[in-house]
Amino acid sequence: MSTPLEVEPGAGGAPTEQELVGSGPVIEGRSLGQIAWRRLRRDKVALAGAAFLIFLVLVAIFAPLIVKLLGSPPNEFHQELIDTEGGTLLPLGNFGGMSWNHLMGIEPQNGRDIFSRVVYGARISLLIAILATVVSVVIGTTLGVVAGFLGGWVDAVISRLMDAFLAFPLLVFALALAGVFPDEAFGLSGNTLRISLLVFIIGFFNWPYIGRIIRGQALSLRQREFVDAARSLGARRPYILFTELLPNLIAPILVYATLLIPTNILFEAALSFLGVGIRPPTPSWGGMLSDAVVYYTVPHFMLWPGLAIFATVLAFNLFGDGLRDAFDPRSR
Amino acid sequence: MRKKRLKGFAALAAVAALGLSACGGNGGGGSGGASGSEEFNSALGSVWQPSDKKGGILKLGQAGDWADSVDPGNTYYGYSWDFLRTYSRSLVMFRPAAGKASEELVPDLAEDLGKPSDDGKTWTYTIRKGVKFEDGKEVTSADVKYAVERSFDKSVLALGPAYFDAMLDWPAGYKGAYKSPDANTDSAIETPDKYTIVFHLKSPFAGFDYLAQLPQTAPVPKASDTGAKYKEHVVSTGPYKWKTYSPGKKYELERNPEWDQSTDPNRKALPDGYEITLNMNPDDVDNQVIAGDIDVDIQGTGVQPAALSRVLGDPNLKARADNPTTSRLWYTNMIPTVAPFDNIDCRKAVQFAMDKTSYQNAYGGPFAGGELATTLLPPVIPGYEKFDLYPAGSDNKGDLDAAKKSLSACGQPDGFSATIGYRAERPKEKATAEAFQQALTRVGIKLELKPLPEATYSSDTCGDPNYRTQRKVGMCVYGWGADWNDGFGFLSQIVDSRTMRPGAANMNVKLPEVDKMLDEAMSELDKAKREADWAAIDKKVMEEALIYPGVYAKSVLVRPKNATNVFVNEAFGYYDYLAMGVK
Repeated sequence: MSTPLEVEPGAGGAPTEQELVGSGPVIEGRSLGQIAWRRLRRDKVALAGAAFLIFLVLVAIFAPLIVKLLGSPPNEFHQELIDTEGGTLLPLGNFGGMSWNHLMGIEPQNGRDIFSRVVYGARISLLIAILATVVSVVIGTTLGVVAGFLGGWVDAVISRLMDAFLAFPLLVFALALAGVFPDEAFGLSGNTLRISLLVFIIGFFNWPYIGRIIRGQALSLRQREFVDAARSLGARRPYILFTELLPNLIAPILVYATLLIPTNILFEAALSFLGVGIRPPTPSWGGMLSDAVVYYTVPHFMLWPGLAIFATVLAFNLFGDGLRDAFDPRSR
Repeated sequence: MRKKRLKGFAALAAVAALGLSACGGNGGGGSGGASGSEEFNSALGSVWQPSDKKGGILKLGQAGDWADSVDPGNTYYGYSWDFLRTYSRSLVMFRPAAGKASEELVPDLAEDLGKPSDDGKTWTYTIRKGVKFEDGKEVTSADVKYAVERSFDKSVLALGPAYFDAMLDWPAGYKGAYKSPDANTDSAIETPDKYTIVFHLKSPFAGFDYLAQLPQTAPVPKASDTGAKYKEHVVSTGPYKWKTYSPGKKYELERNPEWDQSTDPNRKALPDGYEITLNMNPDDVDNQVIAGDIDVDIQGTGVQPAALSRVLGDPNLKARADNPTTSRLWYTNMIPTVAPFDNIDCRKAVQFAMDKTSYQNAYGGPFAGGELATTLLPPVIPGYEKFDLYPAGSDNKGDLDAAKKSLSACGQPDGFSATIGYRAERPKEKATAEAFQQALTRVGIKLELKPLPEATYSSDTCGDPNYRTQRKVGMCVYGWGADWNDGFGFLSQIVDSRTMRPGAANMNVKLPEVDKMLDEAMSELDKAKREADWAAIDKKVMEEALIYPGVYAKSVLVRPKNATNVFVNEAFGYYDYLAMGVK
């Protein structure tokens, strides 16, 4: 009778992992996040978008400081810099009054510094767009997961709800509501109330965009083996939802949230353009465009806020696309 | 209610000098501007290209649709009143002449101005003989009486002014020509014979000739009256009659063969016809006037901002521009029922602290916006007296020391907070509110801006005392233009406390003494005394600091390239459409 060979590690038996791959560092399994990060790092375009966004967030956060150093207070008039004598009220000087004091020129009629108004406008645009996206994500994820995972009549109801919301004439409704909403309610007033109202309108009505995607993901995930495994182990639904499903949903949530933000930026700009957004004189990119339309023959006024909206939306879209490609295992 | 009725005034010698310095074309402004070189304000105060040549079609363009109606009994817009003189003759009219001469009323359908009796409670007019409608029938006093009776019914003809309704001594329960066709209205209007018409008022009114110039006295033949549809073919008494009425598209008029020049000393009737194109794009109207494809922008409120910078920036175009001052005041009300505006010193602080030049820029600057105002009455109103109770410093940017003194006097030395309301759809009012905010913050007055919908502004928000008290709206941006250029036509609707009601223009002036002064002025038959009365009322209201006068409105008009006899009729503030001919 032969005894099994005692195999000692490293003693002529099967080579260890380390020996197989040479004396390199220990290879650990990579998480989805790490894989995505590596792929993202290689995507130059997405990184450029991300860099601009970081820059924009910093500008928004440090707006007061930036304006103090590089511009004039955003609501301050500079009537000595506009053509009152000739009567056109246009900025004196070339390129819309650009100078070292006024890096982007000045507004016609009152001479306000466009640079500082664009910088402060970044705050409003980012704040509203991001908060609204958070609202959409929270509502959309909750309802999407519930619909996808539970199925049956719950899914049917929620899906019809999504259809109803998607068919809603959002711009018209937003115009009407924002136009007649009183200036004091729920203990808030002025621009705080205004911002909350805009966040609510934009966020609340955009949830199906996220909801549909998450529902689709939840539907496919619940067929997967690890869910069956968890269930066979006796896990209850809430546990499965939170511990099994949600981590796998982080990726699509992140991607589509990033892609939703530019839509919300454009939406807020549209509402401000139509006069039902942020109350004047607080600067907002859309509001500035609205003021600039009358002076279309002197385009500098429209140029800067328009460029700001364009660059921001482009950056978010490029970064979001890059994120989506990074998380998607099938793309190269 | 006041609509757009502007009046021009030649007062810009300095400004004209600026424009004159860059004359295009043949130089030398030697001859009195008649057919010399074209200059800025050539048609303001004098006639540009005077001519008697007949012929041609005058082309006018309108941005958007006709503002109200071409029915003389149903219109309130100044440019409509200007144009309807081509097909309607009212009892009297403003003299169609350049400069101050247009302040004067001259007889049109009537032989002479009205004859007052009974201390001004009764007014008698004699109609010219031989004036015919376009169908050949002679105009009689009964046709004038009918015209006024039909305009009484505001449910059918809602758009015109309501002076006759309010002031004539109508029988009790009278509902107008349509609903009370058989009523005897001799207590209000009498026609003792074919050519005499007598008006009876409830109380004396010295300015009745101003009512007689209203289009509502233009005769309407009862047999042809179709009520609300009359506008589709107005029966003409003027030199032109309606050829085409295409609502929303085009209006055309052609010569009226029944019009007799010998009965009409006021009209030259030079063109062979008129053509009005409606619903044009506003910038397109400006471009076509500049190019000469159409002759006039009939709305007459001035070029759009896009064209403005071209017109003022190009010396050749500026030479073709006229810059009348009108009888409209852009101003801001302070509401004395909302703290701290209940204290006169707090109101005075606002009067001193505001930067007048920024108010002017908010409305478009010294050319397109207006002249800095220090009184309620615009300078074109006879009786205007220049005074300045709250001097804003030599640069007109505000007297901050005086403002701070006033603030201490009212117990708010560090300033206070308030809300300013404005009509959200009007960018100029938004700019005004922002200007107030920036100027007043210099003395510690913090304003919050409150955009309000225009449709309900004077009825439910800024015009409603409850809303203002609840939402603490202490200031309201507004404006007012005279219905006609005299003190009553301008002041009565904004300072008479008895006109206060939701929807009215008077939001805040409730001074019993002023009401008394208004009544006295209204019945003062001596013109010079009456005009002095208006100035006194102006001063009294300004002493209460209830209204912040911003600017007397001005407009930048572009002269027609191919028209003759071009001049600004200062009674309207527009070019005189009646007098123009075609080159």
